Amino acid sequence: MVKSTGTSNLTRSNRNWIRGYSIAALVMFITYQYLLPWEGLPLGIYDGINKWMPPAALNESLVYVIMALGLNIIVGYAGLLDLGYVAFWAIGGYCAGWFMSEFFYFLNINFFGSVPAESPGIHINFWLVLLIGGLVCAFFGALIGAPTLRLKSDYLALVTLGFGEIIPQVFFNGEDFFGFNISNGTKGIVRVDPIPAGVKNLGPFDFGWKLLLFIFLAAVMVFISLRLRRGRLGRAWLAVREDELAASMMGVPLMRTKLAAYAIGAFSGGLGGVAFATHVDGVYAERFNFAISIFLVAMVVLGGMGNVWGVILGAFVLSWVNGNGLAAFGSVYNETFGTSIDFTSFTFLLFGLVLILMMLFKREGFVPESRMKLLMHESELDEEESVEKKKKVGR
Amino acid sequence: MRKSPWKRRRKWGGKGVNNLLVAKNISVAFGGLLAVNDVSFDIPKKSIVSLIGPNGAGKTTFFNVLTGLYKPSRGNILFGDQDITDLPPHKIAEIGIARTFQNIRLFGLMTAQENLLVAMHSHLKSGVFATIFRTKRQRKEESEAVDKAQAILDFAGVGRWTNEYARNLSYGDQRRLEVARALALEPKVLLLDEPTAGMNTQESQVFIDFINKLVAERDIAVMLIEHDMKVVMSVSQRVTVLDQGEKIAEGSPDQIRSNPRVIEAYLGKPKVARK
Repeated sequence: MVKSTGTSNLTRSNRNWIRGYSIAALVMFITYQYLLPWEGLPLGIYDGINKWMPPAALNESLVYVIMALGLNIIVGYAGLLDLGYVAFWAIGGYCAGWFMSEFFYFLNINFFGSVPAESPGIHINFWLVLLIGGLVCAFFGALIGAPTLRLKSDYLALVTLGFGEIIPQVFFNGEDFFGFNISNGTKGIVRVDPIPAGVKNLGPFDFGWKLLLFIFLAAVMVFISLRLRRGRLGRAWLAVREDELAASMMGVPLMRTKLAAYAIGAFSGGLGGVAFATHVDGVYAERFNFAISIFLVAMVVLGGMGNVWGVILGAFVLSWVNGNGLAAFGSVYNETFGTSIDFTSFTFLLFGLVLILMMLFKREGFVPESRMKLLMHESELDEEESVEKKKKVGR
Repeated sequence: MRKSPWKRRRKWGGKGVNNLLVAKNISVAFGGLLAVNDVSFDIPKKSIVSLIGPNGAGKTTFFNVLTGLYKPSRGNILFGDQDITDLPPHKIAEIGIARTFQNIRLFGLMTAQENLLVAMHSHLKSGVFATIFRTKRQRKEESEAVDKAQAILDFAGVGRWTNEYARNLSYGDQRRLEVARALALEPKVLLLDEPTAGMNTQESQVFIDFINKLVAERDIAVMLIEHDMKVVMSVSQRVTVLDQGEKIAEGSPDQIRSNPRVIEAYLGKPKVARK
């Protein structure tokens, strides 16, 4: 019989994660902020870093980490499949576009903004916009959740899929939204305000400091995830994931519990959306496509559903392969063997292959949650267990 | 203003006094099938009552109506003075009706302790922010809940499995854990759906003792659905018999034992019944 390691392990990881995470963050930050621009750095290392993991790619990976952590609350914790998470990314992005750019040029609102007071448009302080983006997304999460969460899993997934298509389409065609221009359509909202960070405003090319910012945001989500998981709400999510009917019979309000998962997961999507807008210095409707939703689900599933560390790893690996890793590998391969294969065009083939292999051999993900591991290997245990159970009944 | 005598009677005397839960003229229809037909049932305080009947008689359906899973097509349910007919299941659980399931429905991948803590959900107060910031109040509430869960686990005799996943427990322990989980809701009425199914005689006896202890020590009324006649006859103060959705008899175990209609409908030929 499998011994449980549940509770004690969790406590220990709770105590240690801050240390490990801070060290990793510091190493990354020092490498990218100080080591990379350093004159004395051997050219080989400089090229290597820039080829395999340039600062921009690293930051983008971290945005994916923030998103995946939010999706993990919905998919991993509460067990609700969401195939339209990109909608929250878009809403968060447009919150940044609306509230910290010159997009609404006919207005002049400046609330602790990082640009001179006389510049047109709405300029709200970045940190506040972060909160607004998160809250607006949480609101929309609850809004689509309310009527749809009564649906069972597959149908729910389909509705979220629709939501994930509708929202980006609204923005894509938002140049004339009942007479208002809400998104600038395909042209996008170009240039958002720099991030005010004490002495310095962080523009699009301050990769090092923004890396630190993104790491911080991811840490906030890790913190929220871990704390909630151990508390009343986290237990209710687990119970709903395990057995909805039994949970409701034990006094867990299903709607409210699921809505909380949606709202909190969406909140993280909002943070990620705002962060991404500052990363690419703009909001572009065509970036919010369906593939990203699937990509995020794949990150959560491959990394290890329900385990934040697994999800972080999954997000890093997949976004790296997609963004930079495969291209870098391809160029090295082509140089070495004198071929000219376009490796990046095989991205989805590779993903498909990896997914199949994972489902065959390591269904629970890279770094699984202990419970998930048990669940995923259920079928293998089935035979043995049913024999055991029969023995017990007949005892 | 004078208090209405009617109200006073409700509180101090009359028929409703000792009844914790009253179900009046409950009918449940699934399409054309009348699963429960005009059944009235009450559960007195601190009592153990049983509901028996052949397979498909509508016992579990009746349970599901009491716990809010199905809404009755006719009739209503009073809990104390409160009409709970239209309340959602989690509200009904919260005000004090807890149940177990015919086939065990524990949260298998949660520890025994977590199973109980989930049941305490409605009694705990801390919200999202209190949990994220782990306020003093939240920590106190959690540690008290953990202590209470442990006390209930000990009471139910599964105290040594606190940190074990529920699915890893033996069958008998899972049954006990399910009762413990129901008790964590601090119910006034406990509905047990075939609690001794799959238990041998000795285990059933232990379970009977446990139920008796439960009613004696805690202010709880128990309603059983049970197929094991030995258990039913030894533990219940009143037995109600359902057949094809209708109540065909109600009375003390002795009355039921000798009721010809029951023998005919449920126990089959008299020869078998007298075993």
